[in-house]
Amino acid sequence: MAGGVGPHLTTHRLTITPKGHDPRVDDVLRNAHDLGLDRLRNVAIADIYFLSGTLGQAERDEIQQILVDPLLETGSWDSCASSNGHHVIESLLHPGVTDSVATELQRLASTAGIDVATATGKRFELTGDLERADLDHLAASVLANPIIEQWTIDTPARPTLTAYTDVDRPRAEQIDLSSATSDVALRELNIERGLALDIEELRVIRDYFAQLGRSPLDVELETLAQTWSEHCAHKTFRAKITSDDGELRDSLIDTLRKSTDDINAPFVVSAFVGNAGIISFTPQRTLALKCETHNHPSAIEPFGGANTGIGGVIRDILGAAHSPIACTDILCFGPPTLSAGEVPAGVFHPRKVRAGVIDGIADYGNKIGLPTVAGAVLYDPAFTANPLVYAGCIGSASHANGQTYVESKPRVGDRIIVVGGKTGRDGLRGATFSSMTMDATTGDVAGASVQIGDPITEKLLCDVLRDGQSTYTAITDCGAGGLSSAIGEMAQELGADVDLTFLPMKYPGLAPWEIWLSEAQERMVVAVGNVAAFAALCDDHDVSYTDVGSFTGDNRLVVRCNGQVALDLGVDFLHHGRPQRNMNAVMPKPNRVVPSTGPTWLTECTPMEHLRRLLAHPNISSKESVIHRYDHEIRGGSVVRPLVGAESDGHGDGVVLAEPTDEHGIAIGIGVNPWFGLVDPQRMALAVVDEAMRNVVAVGADPSQVALLDNFSWGDPTRPSTLGDLVAAVDGCVQAARAFSAPFVSGKDSLNNEFFGSDGQRHAVPPTLVITAIAHVPTVASTVTPDLKSAGNALVLLGSTHNEFGGSHLAMIHGADTSGVVPEFDPRSPERYRLLHSAITDGLIFSCHDCSEGGLAVTLAEMSIGGRLGITCVPTHEFGDNELSIDLFSESLSRFVVEVSPTHVSEISRLFPESSRVIGYVTDDPQFVLPDGSRLSVDELRSCWQGSPT
Amino acid sequence: MKPSALVISAPGTNRDNDAMLALQLAGASVNVMSIKALISSPQHIENSQMIVIPGGFSYADALGAGRLFAHDIIGEISDALKRAVEQGRPIIGICNGFQVLVRAGILPGGSRRVALGPNIGGNFDCRWVRLTPSSQRCIWTRSLNEEIECPIAHGEGRFTCEAETYVELVDNDQIALRYASANPNGSTGAVAGICDESGFVLGLMPHPENHILERQHPQFHRGVKGHLGLNLFKQGVAFVNN
Repeated sequence: MAGGVGPHLTTHRLTITPKGHDPRVDDVLRNAHDLGLDRLRNVAIADIYFLSGTLGQAERDEIQQILVDPLLETGSWDSCASSNGHHVIESLLHPGVTDSVATELQRLASTAGIDVATATGKRFELTGDLERADLDHLAASVLANPIIEQWTIDTPARPTLTAYTDVDRPRAEQIDLSSATSDVALRELNIERGLALDIEELRVIRDYFAQLGRSPLDVELETLAQTWSEHCAHKTFRAKITSDDGELRDSLIDTLRKSTDDINAPFVVSAFVGNAGIISFTPQRTLALKCETHNHPSAIEPFGGANTGIGGVIRDILGAAHSPIACTDILCFGPPTLSAGEVPAGVFHPRKVRAGVIDGIADYGNKIGLPTVAGAVLYDPAFTANPLVYAGCIGSASHANGQTYVESKPRVGDRIIVVGGKTGRDGLRGATFSSMTMDATTGDVAGASVQIGDPITEKLLCDVLRDGQSTYTAITDCGAGGLSSAIGEMAQELGADVDLTFLPMKYPGLAPWEIWLSEAQERMVVAVGNVAAFAALCDDHDVSYTDVGSFTGDNRLVVRCNGQVALDLGVDFLHHGRPQRNMNAVMPKPNRVVPSTGPTWLTECTPMEHLRRLLAHPNISSKESVIHRYDHEIRGGSVVRPLVGAESDGHGDGVVLAEPTDEHGIAIGIGVNPWFGLVDPQRMALAVVDEAMRNVVAVGADPSQVALLDNFSWGDPTRPSTLGDLVAAVDGCVQAARAFSAPFVSGKDSLNNEFFGSDGQRHAVPPTLVITAIAHVPTVASTVTPDLKSAGNALVLLGSTHNEFGGSHLAMIHGADTSGVVPEFDPRSPERYRLLHSAITDGLIFSCHDCSEGGLAVTLAEMSIGGRLGITCVPTHEFGDNELSIDLFSESLSRFVVEVSPTHVSEISRLFPESSRVIGYVTDDPQFVLPDGSRLSVDELRSCWQGSPT
Repeated sequence: MKPSALVISAPGTNRDNDAMLALQLAGASVNVMSIKALISSPQHIENSQMIVIPGGFSYADALGAGRLFAHDIIGEISDALKRAVEQGRPIIGICNGFQVLVRAGILPGGSRRVALGPNIGGNFDCRWVRLTPSSQRCIWTRSLNEEIECPIAHGEGRFTCEAETYVELVDNDQIALRYASANPNGSTGAVAGICDESGFVLGLMPHPENHILERQHPQFHRGVKGHLGLNLFKQGVAFVNN
């Protein structure tokens, strides 16, 4: 909402209805029917623009002429009556939720000399025999989202378009805390203010202020709680952990760091420091790498949660002084086919979550102008109430010859400039917020814990920061904790004196702690020596900035607001005063004895039937409909795309990007497998690092030039078994990183992803570790895709297959998801990947695809579909050493299928003496023939895999 | 001397750099300017031999794709653009730029109106298409003797107009490009791009600037070559050079 004029003016409304078929209607009807609201037969959707001010007919005509295209739409003023007695629901954004359309409408009106306050809304005219309960359900679950929107039923919506005058400026308040405060009182305070601190931490804070001889102000307490939060301080990853085997371990973060130090890769410039990991890519260029999660926000507001997740990770890259060049996304949802009765109360249908998340990612990435290139979509019932959204970003920075990235640090005397969007109650804790008394005029200005992003503001920020690199000495993004975290971090070796009084606000009435902790989007903090030069650049790009203070060198963080000192803390206490946690872990004890025979269900149907069912499984089937929603062509850098093959509908392994002017490529690969994680978290970690490595090696990347990112989404780590799973997974990560000499450079953990199951119990999400591999491709001309290229070529399997069905997709299909062992890491894989890379570089490999979910049979089917060519497998006795169905469907690691010229088969056998085997030939006849002679046409194979959209 | 091309951006324009690369590779020298800067010094239009409005989400597509950017242009800038056309200087609007030229009334020109509505599928869609050049009037397409292949990346690209307008555009040879592959957005007559009556102004939804190198073709790894989008920009540059 954009404010500006007095409260007593007329509010005009212009309703714009599209002509012809409105595709939005299909989505609404499907979402309603998913929830069992079958009585909704049809809906007409219109946009409403509210303008509050003095508008004559001439002004109305002018506005209508600009906003309504008669070929596409009809416009009508002030009409709100329903036609034909249909029910009407009208929705509005809550005041304070970002509404860039309203802002632009106001700007547009003002260019025409019309002074108005503006808001936008939506109108739904509903057809069908609907009861009041249906209307309530439709409004809250389909047409609007209570987190960010409000609605009216059968009465016209009226936005709050009031003036913000004479609003009190709240002051920081004393918290009742002294040396005499008991543990019981501390715990009460902890709950009352939603601090999420433990008793040790609360005591340390109490004693600190007792020593100072004063009680804390609310700003100070909130700042400590924020800085010491799990999200910012990674208390679990930094804890001392005692495991049930009696071992006292290094902290998890130290375990990961130590592996990176020991690997000592020459290309690592900065690991586990600051906003992102930095690697050197070419002598003139460094890359910044980061992946984040935005799980909880995406669960409650799928569009806004995913939208701001992308915005946040892009700012991480900006905060590392790199220009963003590409985004990635890994999404975990509940099954799209869930029936209405299976969706828990208060939870969106997985299809609605998916639609919102994908819209949110597409909206931000497409608008800011970054290709969204790599990712994965996973489905499991465990993600229904707890969807996971991982958003990654890669940035690039050029350096003069002989120079490289240097982590920038503010200097004493540098000014602290907040640049970008305005500050509001965005993202402040809902619990704390709801207990507050609102200011009379701000009325229902809510601090939505989820916001809608503003990609255009962030695009302008990117441009300023790119053009102005020489004008600032240090930079940090405003993420969790807002300014408290951004300025707090920058000031941790210097101290700073900050005044929040003149920071631009979305609306008045914010308490100092709200301003200081606000998570309003699209803001960065920069340390600037020459303010005039930086300011001029901001003016050029239409980006707003505020000078809020300076770095002092006295090691104190002082925050002022409206003439009051609202915070005065030693930076040492703020950043190093937190006591280290001690935690207990019960380690997982998975079965690792390989059974002598395959699982009994393996013989329940024919190999071809297994294959058909695997190809149709939502985790394996085509993701084409999602991929087309993202712009993966912008910047002209896509060399190996997410969609490949003769008809651009096959799935690739990794993707390769290259600046159009550059021969060096960046390969990106993703590894994730929560089903392995449920059975054996340590092997899962090894497996997903291996998968990410396979994905980059398969497209032609150099396996000796790979950096890794780790992202853990886990349950509550105070449950010793959940922590044990985490410890085991970190162990697996480190073993794999050392085996491949591929260092971790950045990571993030999202813990406490828990949900209530149908049994009424709390459950953790499956251990979901996402590994992102970023690798160097020496020359993009020698990259490879997985689609088959020409008939007559031989297909060679590299690697060996074992009876490993634990957590496999075939086991899942047969309802036996914990049977068998999770595939074991193959210690020969690093050497195999090096050899494969040299074979690719030498031009021996025409196509290459790794074996992952669904095993070898799915790999072959995907290669065949991508190339629209047939495959005839060799007979069963030549195909492998196991039962046929084990060879076809086991998910053993470290395997690839490569397509080579028949004349090169002997050379390939020489290169890979112990692990290569010819398993089939490419045929012009588009038939897919398994070793047992069963066959299916490539078209039938493709229709299994593409299926019908769910 | 290389022909000078002016690329006009607005907040949210994001394929300005891609357009610049394409123009440079086609042999032009390129100057990118924001609409804000251009409004205060519109003589840059007079000083440029080609004018390009590139793709993106100007003003976040708020109030409709291209609408607010077009509103910036209507007036002094559109007058200067019309003078450029009278003097035979080529103009191209790509994707959001096409939407802007349509909303600003520069395309198709005259009293006729066309519109670019939401894709029939309802979503933003990014995929490769094949385009058939079909106008001898349009200076950008008339010497093209092969199809162009390049991606689309838009949510509002459905070309639509009244039936008699369509007939008139066909009769006038103003349909510059049609989708040769499946119609991706439900456009009337599979129209991907149109020119004005002079033939100097082209607007198109697809992104020829993203196919300026052979390796950018999605079937590059299958040995498919040619049909570069670069050819379109070369036509514009060649026209200026002659």
